Amino acid sequence: MIPSSFTYKRAGSAEEAIDLAVEYGEDAKYLAGGHSLLPLMKLRLAAPEVIIDLGGLHDLSYITDHGSHIAIGALTRHHDVQHSDLLARELPLLAHAAGEVGDPQIRHRGTIGGSVAHADPASDLPAVLLALDATLVARGTDGSRELPIGEFFQGLFETVLDPSELLTEIRVPKPAAGARGWSFQKFTQRAIDWAIVGVAVQGHQVALVNMAGTPLRAAAVEAALADGAAPADAAAHAAEGTSAASDIRASREYREHLARVLVSRALTEAASRA
Amino acid sequence: MKVDLTVNGKDITADVEDRMLLVHFLRDVADLTATNIGCDTTSCGACTVLLDGESVKSCTVLAAQASGHQITTVEGLASNGVMHPVQRAFHEQHGLQCGFCTPGMVMAIVSLLRENPHPTEEQVRIGLEGNLCRCTGYHNIVRAALAAAEVSS
Repeated sequence: MIPSSFTYKRAGSAEEAIDLAVEYGEDAKYLAGGHSLLPLMKLRLAAPEVIIDLGGLHDLSYITDHGSHIAIGALTRHHDVQHSDLLARELPLLAHAAGEVGDPQIRHRGTIGGSVAHADPASDLPAVLLALDATLVARGTDGSRELPIGEFFQGLFETVLDPSELLTEIRVPKPAAGARGWSFQKFTQRAIDWAIVGVAVQGHQVALVNMAGTPLRAAAVEAALADGAAPADAAAHAAEGTSAASDIRASREYREHLARVLVSRALTEAASRA
Repeated sequence: MKVDLTVNGKDITADVEDRMLLVHFLRDVADLTATNIGCDTTSCGACTVLLDGESVKSCTVLAAQASGHQITTVEGLASNGVMHPVQRAFHEQHGLQCGFCTPGMVMAIVSLLRENPHPTEEQVRIGLEGNLCRCTGYHNIVRAALAAAEVSS
């Protein structure tokens, strides 16, 4: 399988990438690691006329400590997030979840910013960053703006980014002292599959993978926890407010059941790490 | 478009379609046909090669993305007719049946051992989650990876 024809442009800087995106408008797509976009293009589910390769923007690959938060360059690969000592110490949920994405080959190419900007509700890292209350930094022609991740995802593969806007950085606050417990649960059919359902927990913040058109917070679970409910009782609310799809892998009812089971396991594991 | 790749230490410049995949560049332009196309969907790992020393699935990388980078295929592992330790281990541990997954398996293990020279059996099995063997001959493949780690230590 090969993608339909397109024109390939390699950006030498973020400014050049944005200029190219402005020039080509809706016909262009940014390409980071390519492990979400290229498979879609090979299946002809996406057919951009211009590809703007961000692979040369090495200055957008970093993980740095800013005291109250960690800043991660959008082009930092899953492999580098997985193996970061800083993240293992400060944000073990994120480092662990990055190591659960795909397989080693995919983690050598795929990037955290690409995963977030692609906005696939079945992807792991968008939900993990939602549980962590991350802030996203996007650069456009008029400079940069900060976007709370809770307002970022608009629907299946849809975000608030303008077509020419470039996600440049992800800022993740360090969990407070009482909220250090974490867990990531992912249920798959085969080792490298997307999650049928996934759950990310940091403290009492709970986010769900693949339970709606976007990653979402399990608000009813969080409310129950805030009222002092035990993990198993809070987890009973896991499917409230969700709109999971029925597809070849699982029915909606099965996903709702999985969400309750996995949230319960995640809350129990997080409590054991608190 | 013009691309310039270093494949197994040799510079190859070619004029290719912008949409050409790396695996097609290797097989059809560089004439290195050991790298197999299996699933063509980033799942099976048969097309695994090294890009700047790290395993990647060459069906999901554009030749254009690899321009300016170093590629190693299984043909590039042996030196002066002496097999690489991972190749030798596959030979000695009978790490293959039909052989279709073998080039990808070997390259995935070379990358794995660079990152973790002394893996446990569990780490090898998890480290090979991106490579499928249609003969289900995983046992000897894992044994070969562990034997290669032993030899290299």
